[in-house]
Formats: sequence, C-alpha cells, structure tokens
Amino acid sequence: MEQKEEKVVFERPDALLPVVTNFCPGCTHGIVHRLVAETIDELGIEGKTVGVTPVGCSVMGYNFFGCDMVEAAHGRAPAVATGIKRVNPDNIVFAYQGDGDLASIGTAETVHAATRGENITIIFINNAIYGMTGGQMAPTSLPHQVTQTSPYGRDTASAGYPVRICEMLSTLDGPAYLERVTVDTPANVRKAKKAIKKAFQNQVDGVGYSLIEVVSTCPTNWGMTPQESFTWMRENMLPYYPLGVYRDVLAEGHESVAAAAAERAKDSKIVAEGGAA
Amino acid sequence: MSEMRFILSGFGGQGLLFGGKVIAYTGLIEDRQVSWLPSYGPEMRGGTANCSVTLSDEPIGSPLITNPTAVIAMNQPSVDKFEVDIVPGGIIVIDSALTNSGPARDDITSFMIPATSAAEEEGLKGLANIVCVGKLWAETQFCQRETLDAAIRKAVPARKVAMVDKNLAALELGMSM
Amino acid sequence: MSEKVLMKGNEVLAESAMRAGCKYFFGYPITPQTELSAYMSKHMPKIGGTFLQAESEVAAINMVYGAAAAGARVMTSSSSPGISLKSEGVSYIAGADLPAVIINVMRGGPGLGSIQPSQSDYWQATKALGHGDFQMVVYAPSTVQEMADYVAKAFDVADEYRTPVMILLDGLLGQMMEPVELPEPKADIPDKPWACTGTKGERAHNVVNSLYLDADLLDQTNRERYERYDKIKAAEQISEEYLCDDADIVVVAFGAAARIARNAVNAAREQGIKAGLFRPITLWPFPVDALEKTVAHARGYLTVEMKMGQMVDDVRLVVAGRAPVVFYGRTGGVIPTPAEVLDAIVAFDQKVGE
Repeated sequence: MEQKEEKVVFERPDALLPVVTNFCPGCTHGIVHRLVAETIDELGIEGKTVGVTPVGCSVMGYNFFGCDMVEAAHGRAPAVATGIKRVNPDNIVFAYQGDGDLASIGTAETVHAATRGENITIIFINNAIYGMTGGQMAPTSLPHQVTQTSPYGRDTASAGYPVRICEMLSTLDGPAYLERVTVDTPANVRKAKKAIKKAFQNQVDGVGYSLIEVVSTCPTNWGMTPQESFTWMRENMLPYYPLGVYRDVLAEGHESVAAAAAERAKDSKIVAEGGAA
Repeated sequence: MSEMRFILSGFGGQGLLFGGKVIAYTGLIEDRQVSWLPSYGPEMRGGTANCSVTLSDEPIGSPLITNPTAVIAMNQPSVDKFEVDIVPGGIIVIDSALTNSGPARDDITSFMIPATSAAEEEGLKGLANIVCVGKLWAETQFCQRETLDAAIRKAVPARKVAMVDKNLAALELGMSM
Repeated sequence: MSEKVLMKGNEVLAESAMRAGCKYFFGYPITPQTELSAYMSKHMPKIGGTFLQAESEVAAINMVYGAAAAGARVMTSSSSPGISLKSEGVSYIAGADLPAVIINVMRGGPGLGSIQPSQSDYWQATKALGHGDFQMVVYAPSTVQEMADYVAKAFDVADEYRTPVMILLDGLLGQMMEPVELPEPKADIPDKPWACTGTKGERAHNVVNSLYLDADLLDQTNRERYERYDKIKAAEQISEEYLCDDADIVVVAFGAAARIARNAVNAAREQGIKAGLFRPITLWPFPVDALEKTVAHARGYLTVEMKMGQMVDDVRLVVAGRAPVVFYGRTGGVIPTPAEVLDAIVAFDQKVGE
C-alpha cells in the first residue's frame, strides 16, 4: 500500500484543556468555547488571561480553559471580573455567561460593568432558556415559547417581554463594542470568531468594554434535534434578536469611548468643562 | 482632674460639632483620655445637632453622655432637652440671643450670654459656637489656657487657616462675657 | 511610634486598612458607615489604589471576591441591611478559601430598622453570614485605637488562614472620635501562589472555585477547612478581663456595650458588689478558654447587649449550667445607660445571693 504523509488540518486549541466537557450533543457552547480558545491562542495571551465562569451550563468552564479561572456566583461574573481587572489591569479578563445569569439575576452587574466601561470582554450565550436547571423560562424566552415554567407558552400579560441586551446596552456611553452573532452555519461561525477576536483585541488595545451576544440553541431542553433547533432559532429568535453590530465606537469614527461619550453630551456644561480639577 | 462630660447642642450649621472638636483636641494635646461623639441622623442641615465630649484621666466608658457636667445650648429645644440631665452642681451656657427662657432648675448654674449677637457685633459672625466654648472654659477651666489656643490651631482645617485669629478672638470674647 | 491623632472610628478603619496594604475598596453608601467610604474615595487614589462605588452591596462583595482571587488585600464595608445583601458573596469567599476583610457598622434591625447603634447582627456574624458550613473570624473592637489595631490584624489573619474576617462594631464606635496611634504602614504582604494572575505559561492554571459536584470531595474540603478553624480556635481567641479575678458577678459585654458595662461595674464595686467585666474581642472564635477560668469563682453571669441577648447563648455554652446566666439589653438603637446596667447588676447580685 502506498504511504501518504498525514497533514494536520484541525486540532484542539492550546487554550482548551484535553478534557471531556459536560455539554450535551448538538450544544453550541462547544463551538463558542473553541472560538474563545482559538482567539486566546492567536493573540498569544493565555498566560495573562483570567476567565470568569457563571452559574449555568458553562459553570464548569474553569475545567475546560487552560488559563487561570475564577468561578463566580450566579449573575456576578461582571463584578468578579471587575475586581480581577482592577487589581491586575494587564491581565486579559473575560466572563462567559448565559442568559439567565447575564440578563436576569445579574442584570444590574451587566448594566453597571458596561456603563463603567470596564475594559473586559463578555461572551453572552443567549439560547432563550435555562439549560442547567432543566429548561425553565429565561429572560430571553420568546412570547408564547413553551418552557418548564411557561407550560402554556410565555404569557406576556403575566411574564412580560424578553430582554434585548445588545439594544439595551447600546444606549449606554460605557461600551466600546457590542455585536450579536450566531454559530448555525460555517459562515456564521467565521463571523462569530471575527467578533470574538475583536472583542478580545479591544481589551488588549485598551479600547474598552466589549460584549458579544451569541444567539444559540438548546436542543435538549427545546426537545428538538440540533438541525431542528437551528431552524427554530432562525425562524423565531433571529427576527427577535437581529444579528449585527450595535456599538463600535472606533468604527463609528470616534477616537475612544470617552470621546464618543463626550460628543454625545457636549451640551452639558460639566462634561464640556471637565469638572473638578 | 475628675471626668468632665460636655454636651454641645443647637441647630445644624451653628458649628457645635466643631466646638466639641476643639474641646476634644485639648484632651489630645494634654494626653488625656478623650471621646467625641456626634448625634447622627437623617437631618443633614437645619435640624438639631449635638455632640458629647468627655475628658478624663481614666478610660472612658460610654461615649454617649447621659449625665453631663456642663452643657452649651444654642437654641431652646437644646435647653429643654438637656437641662434635666445635668448633674447637680453642673453648669449650662445658653445663647440668650436665640432662646426665650433659661433653665428652671436651681441646683445648677446657668450663664445666659448673647453669643450670637455679640459675635456679630464684634465682626465674628458664625463664631458664636466658639464664644460659648470660651465661656465654658472660663467657668470650668477644662484645660490649660494655652492648650485652648493650640486646640483651635489644630481643629481649624488647613484650607481655613485664615480663620484661626477670628476663632481665637471669639474665645476671648466668650471668656469676657 | 507615630503621634496620636484625633480621628473618627470609621475613618480610622479606612486609614488602618490602607496602612495594612489594602489597595482595593468596593462599597455602597449606607448609614452609619459612610465616613469610611468617603475617606477611602479621598485617599485611595493618593496611594495608587482603587476605590469603586459599586452598583449594589451584592456587586461590591463580588468585586471583593474577584480582587481577592487576584491576590490583593481588599476590603468592603457596610451596615446591617447591606451586610445581609453581601451574605451570598461572603459564603462564596469562604467556600473558595479567599482572604477578605468585611466591616459591619451595625444599626438597629430587623428590616430597615433604625440607623442608631445596635449589636443585633451577632448571630449573623458568628453563626451564619451566608449559606453552608463555614465560619468567619470576627473582631469586636471597643475603642478607636482597637479599630486601628484589629483592622491591621484582620488582614494578616485573613491571609494566614485564607478566610473572610469581619470587624463588627456599632454606629456609636464608628461615629466617635478618640485619640489614636495609627499602625505603621506594612511593607511585606505574603505571596499568594494560588491567586489568579495569569499562568505566564509557567504553571498549570489556578482555579478559584467553590463548586464541588462530587459529594465526597466537598465533604473532604469542608473537613479540611474545619481543621483550619480548629487552629484558629486554638490560636486566635482574644478577650479582656477587668476586675474578673475575684468577681462574683461577671458582666459579659463587647464593643460599645462593654464601655457602658465598665462604668456600671465600677459603680457596682463602689457599692460593695464584686462585679467584673469580661469583654470578648474575638466573637468568633468566642474566647471560651478565658471565660472558663472565671467559672470557678463566679456566682453568676450577666450579659449586657445592645440586642435581644444573642451572645448570652455563647456564654451559656461555656458556663454549661454551673452558674446562672442572664441578659440585660436594649434594642433598636437605644443605648443602655450605665445606671440601667448598674440596676441590672444590683438586682442580679441580690438574686444570686439568695
């Protein structure tokens, strides 16, 4: 038999440890973990990166990433990341959070880390359901969506409406970069990678707070195959959570977050004059 | 010297907490035991304000004074509130410019001085608190005379150093009343 | 030895913390501890430190968690209702074996309560500030000088045992000024090889975590932590005894209540009652060894508390039925007067004398 030299075309990123994850088959967490790890490898920052994991399906992320890892209480990852970053500003600090963690119990921490313009990177997995606890209604569950705790479908008269995080945070002066992506196709995975890499690069460059929202699926708790899940996501979630860039101060032509904020509030005397000496 | 327990009381803004600090500083300078405790509450301006200052040669128990040896009262509610607590033989210095009536008790000594109006006449507006402290010192000698001036210099913040001489004059005015 | 200065208790807590190497403070405004935050906001920038007013008490304690995970000496402060909000974070700090210092300038409760001085968070501090099996070292200073000294000690003890440490005081002590000699600035902070500061490619990753899905592993981890607690109990009990050697009536009080009780004990002695004052300075570990020594001669114990008698339970655990243990106190921000306490001592003395 003819011998062919084998060529490596795909391998595990260094920043992911060689361990088995706890994610279900068809879950997009694995894809996003990989994109984060590839980014860490490509930027050569593993040795100075500190990750913060949430409470939710990605709670065990501290076992998967090779950088230093801190596990936060439910919803508190942005506050924990703030503490870490303030102590060692040269560290690259990212928080990886789901929708219940980031947009429900941790909304205050999310909004205030963003408005402070903490120079950190947030990866936000929005799959419209609480996965780890078994499929309860999330802050991002859609109207009429059936979950364990909305068995008749989310009733907006009682449960209200979903939270659109990128849109909400885009009203603030603090964020440098907000983009919503998804990972349902190879093309979208490449776009998501580009966004995640930019969100880390921003931190390396001192540009400021960046959040990437990844519209995702939960085949297990949605009760669908992975393929059906992506179809459901495209038909129902993407119209509600449109993909795209919601804030990018540099691309918008501003020198910095501070310059953009000052421009927006230039008619305020104290902003224009620079306040107390 | 036995323990001296002072309450300085009036409206917020009259400087009674500062007056108490001056007394506390005399204790610091003379290396005595000292405690200074303000009343605190939701009223930031215009409400009642008082502080407790204790000077002692023994460790001080409660910093909250319930049986003062002397009281400075710069409004009527303060006279009414604290007169009853003064130990027999104690004193009360009252700003007669701001009160209607003196104490009812005859087992304490009261000194009614028009501190606020006298301070204004002498160009010492806003220093009636220190006028009262001067009078309190004249009647109790709670420290050495020179310590009192040194305490003023310590208590007046650096950014208001121009006020030191006026404070010293206010002390003298109080002692003369 | 530095010169004595006249400072407010709350400000001394802040200054002493900075001198102990605390360069990070995260807090949220609440009466009656506001002077502490204000002092930090003014002076932290001057030493290149960080003062951050967080969006909530919850966020503040989690910023403390993050900063402690990153290896820093870090502190937060609050008052009773705010401490309740922080309790989640304190449990995580204990569960992740992180050192941190927490100040509670207590006010009356429960609920919004009052803003006047109280000691009613004793149980919360010594038994259960948060869920799960853990303890926390608790210091109860009763003078401004002790506030300076025990804040400095708190940071050392927190680092040595990798545990949260609380300074528990009341609004009376926080608001008062006394002459104080501030501690010398500390230069050498211990190394923390477990901290998350980046692997620098030189070691396996560090993980700060309180999650153990393996029940046996959590059991083992908790047992190891309790072995550390045993060391703390053996080495860190602190108390002060005043006229206790021959006391018939041992008054037990801490913090501001102990100052008031001391006046009353002196007055009782003048009346011929052999009263003494036992003042716990560590509330956890409770100074059981020193209190035990008084049991041989004491005919009764009277706790004086600015609360409904929570500490009386710990005294009863030590005395264990060998003498009567009763409680006198006021709540809600009412400060007991020395005269009231004297009356309680006299009445108790008559009762145990019968």
